[in-house]
Amino acid sequence: MTRIGTMWRKSLDGRTAALYLLPSIILFSVFVFYPMFRTIYLSFFLTDQTGNAAIMVGFENFQYLLGSSEFQNSMKATGLFVLYTVPITIILALFFALLANEKLKGIGFFRTMYSSTMGISVAASSVIWLFMFNPSIGMFNRLLGVMNLPQIQWLLDPEWALLSVSISTIWMNIGFSFLILLGGLQNIDEHLYESSRIDGAGYFYRLRRITLPMLSPTLFFIITISLINAFQTFGQIDILTKGGPSQSTNLIVYSIYREAFINYQFGTASAQAVILFLIILVVTILQFKLGERKVHYQ
Amino acid sequence: MKMGLPQKIWIYFLLIVTSAFVFFPVLYAFMISFMTGPEIIQGKFFPESISFENYSKVFSRLPLLSYLLNSFIVSVSVMLGQLVVCSLAAYAFVFFKFKGRDFIFFLFISTMMIPWEATMIPNVFTIRKLDWFNTYQGLTLPFFALAFGTFLLRQHFLTIPKELHEASQIAGLSRFRFFWRVVLPVSKTSLVTLGAYGFLTTWNMYLWPLLITTNKSVRTVQIGLKQLQSQEIATEWGVVMAGVIVVIIPTLLLLFIGQKQLQKGLSQGALK
Amino acid sequence: MKRVELIDVSKSYDKQVDVISNINVTIEPGEFFVLVGPSGCGKSTMLRMIAGLEEITGGILKIGEKVANNLTPDKRDLSMVFQNYALYPHLSVQQNITFGLDVKRLKKEEQRRKAEEVAEMLGLTEYLERKPRELSGGQRQRVALARAIVSETPICLMDEPLSNLDAKLRAHMRSEIRRIQRSLGITMIYVTHDQVEAMTMGDRIMILHEGKIQQIGKPIDIYNYPANPFVATFIGSPPMNLANGEFHPSTSELVINNELRVLVPIDEIGKLPRTSMTVGVRPENLHPTTPETKSENVFHVEVTNVEILGNETVFSFKLGEEEWMAKWSGQWHIDIGDRLPVQMEFESLSIFDEQSGELIKKTIDYGNYVTKQEVSP
Repeated sequence: MTRIGTMWRKSLDGRTAALYLLPSIILFSVFVFYPMFRTIYLSFFLTDQTGNAAIMVGFENFQYLLGSSEFQNSMKATGLFVLYTVPITIILALFFALLANEKLKGIGFFRTMYSSTMGISVAASSVIWLFMFNPSIGMFNRLLGVMNLPQIQWLLDPEWALLSVSISTIWMNIGFSFLILLGGLQNIDEHLYESSRIDGAGYFYRLRRITLPMLSPTLFFIITISLINAFQTFGQIDILTKGGPSQSTNLIVYSIYREAFINYQFGTASAQAVILFLIILVVTILQFKLGERKVHYQ
Repeated sequence: MKMGLPQKIWIYFLLIVTSAFVFFPVLYAFMISFMTGPEIIQGKFFPESISFENYSKVFSRLPLLSYLLNSFIVSVSVMLGQLVVCSLAAYAFVFFKFKGRDFIFFLFISTMMIPWEATMIPNVFTIRKLDWFNTYQGLTLPFFALAFGTFLLRQHFLTIPKELHEASQIAGLSRFRFFWRVVLPVSKTSLVTLGAYGFLTTWNMYLWPLLITTNKSVRTVQIGLKQLQSQEIATEWGVVMAGVIVVIIPTLLLLFIGQKQLQKGLSQGALK
Repeated sequence: MKRVELIDVSKSYDKQVDVISNINVTIEPGEFFVLVGPSGCGKSTMLRMIAGLEEITGGILKIGEKVANNLTPDKRDLSMVFQNYALYPHLSVQQNITFGLDVKRLKKEEQRRKAEEVAEMLGLTEYLERKPRELSGGQRQRVALARAIVSETPICLMDEPLSNLDAKLRAHMRSEIRRIQRSLGITMIYVTHDQVEAMTMGDRIMILHEGKIQQIGKPIDIYNYPANPFVATFIGSPPMNLANGEFHPSTSELVINNELRVLVPIDEIGKLPRTSMTVGVRPENLHPTTPETKSENVFHVEVTNVEILGNETVFSFKLGEEEWMAKWSGQWHIDIGDRLPVQMEFESLSIFDEQSGELIKKTIDYGNYVTKQEVSP
């Protein structure tokens, strides 16, 4: 057997593996890696209407964006949005998960209720909330009216729009976070609690000293996922506010969408996308750095 | 755990009140979908009579049925596509030894870090170049490769004892036969989890269908909702809500049926 | 030191079928009491009922002189060691040991001092700052034990604490635990499925089967005088040989499995039932023959399997439908297929009622084994 023959035979593993991996690799290359590099490439250009790179402007797109009040406003809105939605969603989901983890009759029904929002798409949820926020016949203003409080123009008032979108987003995301946290709670060894009961530990003592530390990997996971998702919010903006009123809900992804597909400014849109990518990267790295110390793995 | 009665009552109270708050919007939409215009304006909560008028209207004013079909075709395609592509890749990572295996796996994982927005603009251009606007391929193919899915299945495949593979090699089973007859059946639970996840997320997809469908030929049901809300019937909230209910029934059903399974599967994937 | 009493205790999950019934036992202060039985017999459930982790469906539990049925676990003044140790992975060994003290708000220095004391007792001093995942199985087990000891409660419950350890470590820990219990005077209630552990560790043992007490007593008493066939085959290794027996009045013989004939002494005949009965004899009571052996006590068997263990030889043979075993002291040259003479007397038999399993006749040993013999100084 020649040396080449043995080498050919030995590479059978690698060659067959390549076959199995080919579909994924092709798809990733075409729809993930190539576009990512192209976006970075485009961000250094001004483009024509068809999206071809026309004039090379280097970092000017970035300079322009970072200086423009519109973009700054977008960043501020996104930042506030993340601050409003992520902590509250997780705290509420944790509260529900703790309740739903008790071994009571019919607990399955409540678990289904809490996780139900996961089965409702962003579009459907947004339409429902659009109705509830309606200034004249929506439920919220009706309630305010009954209590003799002044009506709020939920989605039409620049002061309230971001808050309203945040409330609806918290509702939409509760289901998923709840399921993840419930799963984490159920993975905690029952014997740990039993042992602490023999020692006489009360509910909140157990919560602080056993539940939360043991839940920390799951908490870390859900916080990371929620943060990344929050930065990528689009659907509800498109249906509820279209970025307004007065750009108060012009979150970054919506801004990219508008810039690219309504204004046909693909260069600056790509620059925005690059900035978004960097932000998410930084946030995730920070998460891991902080999380490393505090999370207890078994 | 032995719980005193007052504690039990307190917890049930909290459960009932909070879950009512959570489920309320859906319930409300459901009620509205049966109400007539004047009833809605009056602010009633319960419809006087159950009338399916809104439902028939929403199906006639909007090609909702064809949108439902489109969504179904797209979601099932992506679900099956993901199962095939991801299981093949996961199999390669677990049962083949080759140089650069870890590096390629790292590449796969890195795709999870790249947000969709960083790729969407050139992807639209790609679709345009391939002339895939308003086609099923355009809606489905880009999503067949999923790092998360590959990862999930790889985790499960790793739990298959090496002896099983060795026994099959001694028995003369080809690589593919082993994959088809042993690995896949044993990993049923993960496959179901991935399938449900794929179906659910594809059914709910919004931005991508928005970008690449410009007419109603392959429009999915989510964009149909947006269309519903921006037409003149937008003020006929009863009809709109009927549309919403129709759109969420499949996914709610899937969630109810697979809830336990999904929760276990997701959290196992989460904790690596 | 406190006494634990169970008075007619029972447990059922659906109010229809009892998983545990009619438990009456008093565990004396300072006693090492073992609950032993096969898997699923209810021993862990019973331990958890004493701990307060499971509800008691019927009967009364007394700890000290107080009725404890409705007391929460922390008010029962006991500590518990779990089978999988239940160590908190995110806390250090020292923090694990003092967890209970921390709950009771003891001062940190005081906690530290007590932890160091107990750690010294169990050889854990150098591991105090480590996390559980850095320790071996045996070390983790000792941490769990330390946690129980440091609580200084008069009663300690142990739920199969040694079952996850390898055989050598188990043997070592057996004597460790016993030694500590004696020196601290704790009332210990110990659950195991291993009859060797039960025999070697318990002051008294209780054998459970399907939720019912089979026998309570000192290990050696249970060994010599098992209350029913279940106990007879559960305790002792290899287990007691059992077979069907019938008394033939015409020949004054007890016929076992239609093969073996044993002459029944005249004063014993009255005790035997007229119907068939269950007969048992321990492997070590099937002796090799000596020149002095009476011929009516000898029978011949064909060997089907041999195990030479170095200090003893165990071989099996068929008796009718049953397979019996004999254990001879020393190393014997025996091959499969050999026909051997074996000696057995009526005195060494245990006879049980066939229906109820009750012991009718106890083993009286006149053979090679010494019972209640004192060692001369």
